[in-house]
Amino acid sequence: MKEWDVICIVCPRGCRLKVSKDKDEISVTGNQCIRGVAYGVKEVTNPTRVVTSTVKVNHPVHRRMPVVTKGSVPKDRIFDVMKEINKIQLDLPIYVGDIIIENVLNTGVNVVASRTIE
Amino acid sequence: MREYDVIIIGGGPAGLAAAVEIYKEGVTDILIIERDIQLGGILQQCIHNGFGLHEFKEELTGPEYAQRFIDQIRELKIPYKLNTTVLDITKDKEIHIINSIDGYKMIKGKTIVLAMGCRERTSGAISLPGTRPAGVITAGTAQYYLNMKGYLVGKKVFILGSGDIGLIMARRMTLEGALVLGVAELLPFSGGLTRNIVQCLHDFDIPLYLSHTVVEVKGKDRIEGITLMEVDRNKQPIPGTEQEFECDALLLSVGLIPDNELSENAEIAIHRRTNGPIVNEQMETSVEGIFACGNVLHVHDLVDFVSAESRRAGRGVVRYLKGEKSHCIGIETMNGSGVSYIVPQRMHVDEIEGKYAEVFLRSTDVYHDVTLVVKLDGKEVKRFKKPHLAPAEMEHLKIDKELINVASGTLSVEVELKEAN
Repeated sequence: MKEWDVICIVCPRGCRLKVSKDKDEISVTGNQCIRGVAYGVKEVTNPTRVVTSTVKVNHPVHRRMPVVTKGSVPKDRIFDVMKEINKIQLDLPIYVGDIIIENVLNTGVNVVASRTIE
Repeated sequence: MREYDVIIIGGGPAGLAAAVEIYKEGVTDILIIERDIQLGGILQQCIHNGFGLHEFKEELTGPEYAQRFIDQIRELKIPYKLNTTVLDITKDKEIHIINSIDGYKMIKGKTIVLAMGCRERTSGAISLPGTRPAGVITAGTAQYYLNMKGYLVGKKVFILGSGDIGLIMARRMTLEGALVLGVAELLPFSGGLTRNIVQCLHDFDIPLYLSHTVVEVKGKDRIEGITLMEVDRNKQPIPGTEQEFECDALLLSVGLIPDNELSENAEIAIHRRTNGPIVNEQMETSVEGIFACGNVLHVHDLVDFVSAESRRAGRGVVRYLKGEKSHCIGIETMNGSGVSYIVPQRMHVDEIEGKYAEVFLRSTDVYHDVTLVVKLDGKEVKRFKKPHLAPAEMEHLKIDKELINVASGTLSVEVELKEAN
């Protein structure tokens, strides 16, 4: 049996969950509402995160364009996604939502611009 | 002197939300004054996500959240001046401004909205011991350098203070290749949101030292290291707990202060606990026709609440311009035990739109399973059960207007601990 301590972040209460896996059975305790179960299971089976960073911009005043993954990527790919983001250099104008990297590292997620700089 | 119906000082989330609301309510003679090169305020450097869950029902980054308001400002063609500094405001609502195009200029507002935001407490404000080398920097400044300019301020970093910006920067600098050695918090609990502790520290195995503080900064020209010590319940360092860390940057995330120098020039009464103007239910300050909203009023943890509060200030401005005004004294709000402050400080209940009077407050401590008791002149009128209260998380209470509809009196809110059975 494997056990994990997970702090639930679904609401500000911050329940301390105990998630345990026995063969294929995952159980969650310590949660004070039903949403904690889903969070606990996801955290130990397939934790994902949204990655935000910036990319270089060729402009005398605006030096960086903020970007965000449109959807979450597996937690263990975060640093690989960062490497891809850091390869990019952009010319303006760029508009909020413009795709900067399509399907980054085959995660099925695009990296997009998170503001408009004209 | 050009007189505007409304002059808004600050083009951040508070100023923009107020401007859009005022315009939509029919007052269009507006001018926004912004000192930065662009609108959006501090949101432009808060590139992380988690904004907008209340306002837009989706998770946005700071710049995305700001963009939604900037797009509205441009669509409505609400005028704004960038790169413009306000030098002074008088209580007669004259505003002295300066920029490189207009030079020095005086303008006047029939109403003014103060939306200047807040600034960070610095090493001087916390009497940080040790030398004063380069590399000791507030977390927000480090965030500006990294996210706006592309400079990483250090490669081996220690962070003092567990405020949200510090936590966010711990993750951000880690992602950009820095080694974050740890985050120290003087109090026994964090000053940041739980989700930031988890996603910014736990995800990257960055230690959080609760009840710890930096007792020495070392280095002559550049910071070379710090000494960390555990503190007792009176926040005094415990001998023998010294730990040395080598680092080339120390980030400070030790609190935010509403930026009210201009408000004080206009002789606006400032509240001792919020460090922001004393306001009524319309967000009007002690000087008639001058309103305040956002972090200049009290420091918020969610921008969504700033937007909502600023719209209320905007509606207050429009009512004032139409000459609608309460003539009763109004009730005064007062923090009871366990509550550090309440906003607004004054309410004319008959002036509040809708069914509920809304108050915002913070607790003094972390509490579990307690009740917030609302009293009018010492008599209980309403109870709110709270499974969780923390100073880092602003509470929002909706009180049925009928319960407190009196012309004058004192409304207090206090924390009632669960009685032991």
